Amino acid sequence: MKKIVLLLLLVLTALSCKNDDDAILIQADSSVDFTFTQNWNGQTIENSDYQNTTYVNANGESMTLSKVNYLLSDFTFTSVTDGTVYASEDYNLVLARDGENTTFTPDIEIPEGDYTVSFTFGFDDEDNDKEGGYNDLNSVDGFWSVPAMLGGGYHYQRIEGTYINNAAEVTNFQFHTVRANRHETLPPGPDTLVELRDTSFEVNLGTVSVGTTTNIEVKANIAEWFNNPITWDLNERFMVLMPNFQAQLDMKENGNTVFELGAVTQ
Amino acid sequence: MKNLSGIWSIFFMAGCLFSCSDDTPQNEGYIPTPLDLNTPEFFDNSILPPVIPQDNPQTVEGVALGKKLFFDPILSGDKTLNCAGCHQPEHAFSDPRQFSVGISGEEGFRNAMPLHNLAYNFREKFNWDGSANSLEEQMFGPVTNPIEMNNTWSNVEATLQESSTYPRLFLEAFGTERIDSTLVTKAISQFIRTLISGNSKFDRYLNNEISLTPQEENGLNVFLDESRGDCFHCHGLPSTPLWTDNAFHNNGLDEVITDRGLGNVTGDPRDFGLFRSPSLRNLAYTAPYMHDGRFGTLEEVIDHYSEGLVYSETIDPLMKKVSEGGVGLTESDKADLKAFLLSLSDPSFISNPDFQRPN
Ligand code: HEC
Ligand code: HEC
Repeated sequence: MKKIVLLLLLVLTALSCKNDDDAILIQADSSVDFTFTQNWNGQTIENSDYQNTTYVNANGESMTLSKVNYLLSDFTFTSVTDGTVYASEDYNLVLARDGENTTFTPDIEIPEGDYTVSFTFGFDDEDNDKEGGYNDLNSVDGFWSVPAMLGGGYHYQRIEGTYINNAAEVTNFQFHTVRANRHETLPPGPDTLVELRDTSFEVNLGTVSVGTTTNIEVKANIAEWFNNPITWDLNERFMVLMPNFQAQLDMKENGNTVFELGAVTQ
Repeated sequence: MKNLSGIWSIFFMAGCLFSCSDDTPQNEGYIPTPLDLNTPEFFDNSILPPVIPQDNPQTVEGVALGKKLFFDPILSGDKTLNCAGCHQPEHAFSDPRQFSVGISGEEGFRNAMPLHNLAYNFREKFNWDGSANSLEEQMFGPVTNPIEMNNTWSNVEATLQESSTYPRLFLEAFGTERIDSTLVTKAISQFIRTLISGNSKFDRYLNNEISLTPQEENGLNVFLDESRGDCFHCHGLPSTPLWTDNAFHNNGLDEVITDRGLGNVTGDPRDFGLFRSPSLRNLAYTAPYMHDGRFGTLEEVIDHYSEGLVYSETIDPLMKKVSEGGVGLTESDKADLKAFLLSLSDPSFISNPDFQRPN
């Protein structure tokens, strides 16, 4: 499907080049820029908030954030007028604290018009299992690969920080989101894996008008990871979440309300 | 996230064409012999290409000159100490002493780092604390540091200029006989970029040439298991070859931070006590361990992670059960973890004839 659209695009591009000096005016296609911002229930999270600002999650624990990194992929534009799908097979790893990759232009050009805009949180299985992997993701600050015994592929997200536990101790947590992997016994080993489930999910931002230059803000409300529909209890689930099958399924549920469309500027 | 190196190299080549036209005693249009880094296939296939600055391409003559300088005490104030005095080839270019001693006889306060795979430090933050922003920049440090080589650059330049051999070697490497600090650092950096280690027992296992012992295999599981070692989030995993993230962390060594590490460089209290994760390659040769060489053995390192963690404000959130000192590995898991760590050592690196003292 994606391949067909790509082909179509290629043909279109080829045609539009040919038409360059014709009298008929063919609109040049445009690329679309994304900006990724993070907030805690509407309060913007800036660099200075990491390790400093205390947030209270839905379950009532005070927490701080040290790291918020997440991978988004398959940015897709579906024309509202004729249903044509323009799929970029691109991906972007947002390193929020350092402000790295917080702007991104998918490698695709589309005609002006109204589109439903969507992307995938994490990698779907097709991308996650790509032969040979991704040299750039293997080289980022903070390891992004997932060990083979947990099913391989890549992290979808790493949120790390501290929370105050029930015993009033400052405790480190690692909220790592990966493809759900179920094991016969824990700790995991080379022969314990019994099931993998693709827990990446599609985020639909709604309709956006794309002009010659368009910037789409994608907001991430980090509080929602701990809130809705499952009230996350860090006391029970604060570490070793990668091989925790149920925790991964629950993260996927909670992820559905994290992302939303922010400002669109032309 | 596109790899632009193709475009850069074109810019770079264009730059070269234009740049060879000023200055005095130089060989018009001279081009030293380009040298490709001898990169292992596994590196090429899994990570980004090595960082080679546009204005300092690798050349046969540049590397040879850099190697000669690296092993030549001429760079130090009293001509007694060379780089290899603290970066010994048989120790993967580190120093078996906790603190190296400079020409003044004074000890430093950090353990000399091994020099391997530094061309793959993609973020280009060098030293334990990230105080140098490129390899070339790093080189400026040791020559003038009073507790290391304690020399001045004008003195280095003059001595090299007066020598019977160096002007010719600089001419061959850079097309000019006029020696300056920039060219010295460029040549040594070229040599250091050739120091690539990718032939450990574990590399050969990944290449299906040999198998691991059951101990090493279990050690790898401990290393990768979040409930036990969880070492991989900072030190890497089999699908990537560097065994470090080259990023900065506080791994729970001290309750009271005395050496601020990265915090000294950035001034940010959130960086106090953060040091760059070292690569776990060649640990068999690089004792003692940590930025201050506090641990003489790998057993001590593993005990630290297992039960010796202490809390301080900037401790990395990956450190688990800090109030109990760590996750408490069993004795057999500890032994296996050590066996695995040692499988990352590469005997062919320390015996590579290209990396030894020239006679
Ligand atoms: C007196 C001992 C000593 C001498 C001589 C010395 N070094 Fe070092 N080197 C060190 C120490 C100690 C460090 C770690 C410094 C720190 O982090 O504060 C270091 C760090 C480095 C690093 C950084 C490695 C990394 O992974 O970031 C490089 C590169 C280096 N030295 C190269 C050289 C070169 C080239 C020379 C000769 C010009 C040299 N050194 C001479 C002790 C020495
Ligand atoms: C949070 C990131 C992090 C994790 C997780 C981590 N390390 Fe480290 N490791 C570091 C840093 C940073 C240093 C250097 C610290 C210093 O010198 O102050 C280090 C140093 C070391 C050294 C010393 C190497 C040398 O050349 O001096 C060894 C060995 C080591 N770690 C092994 C391990 C093992 C084994 C595990 C798992 C049990 C582990 N590390 C987990 C960050 C980490």
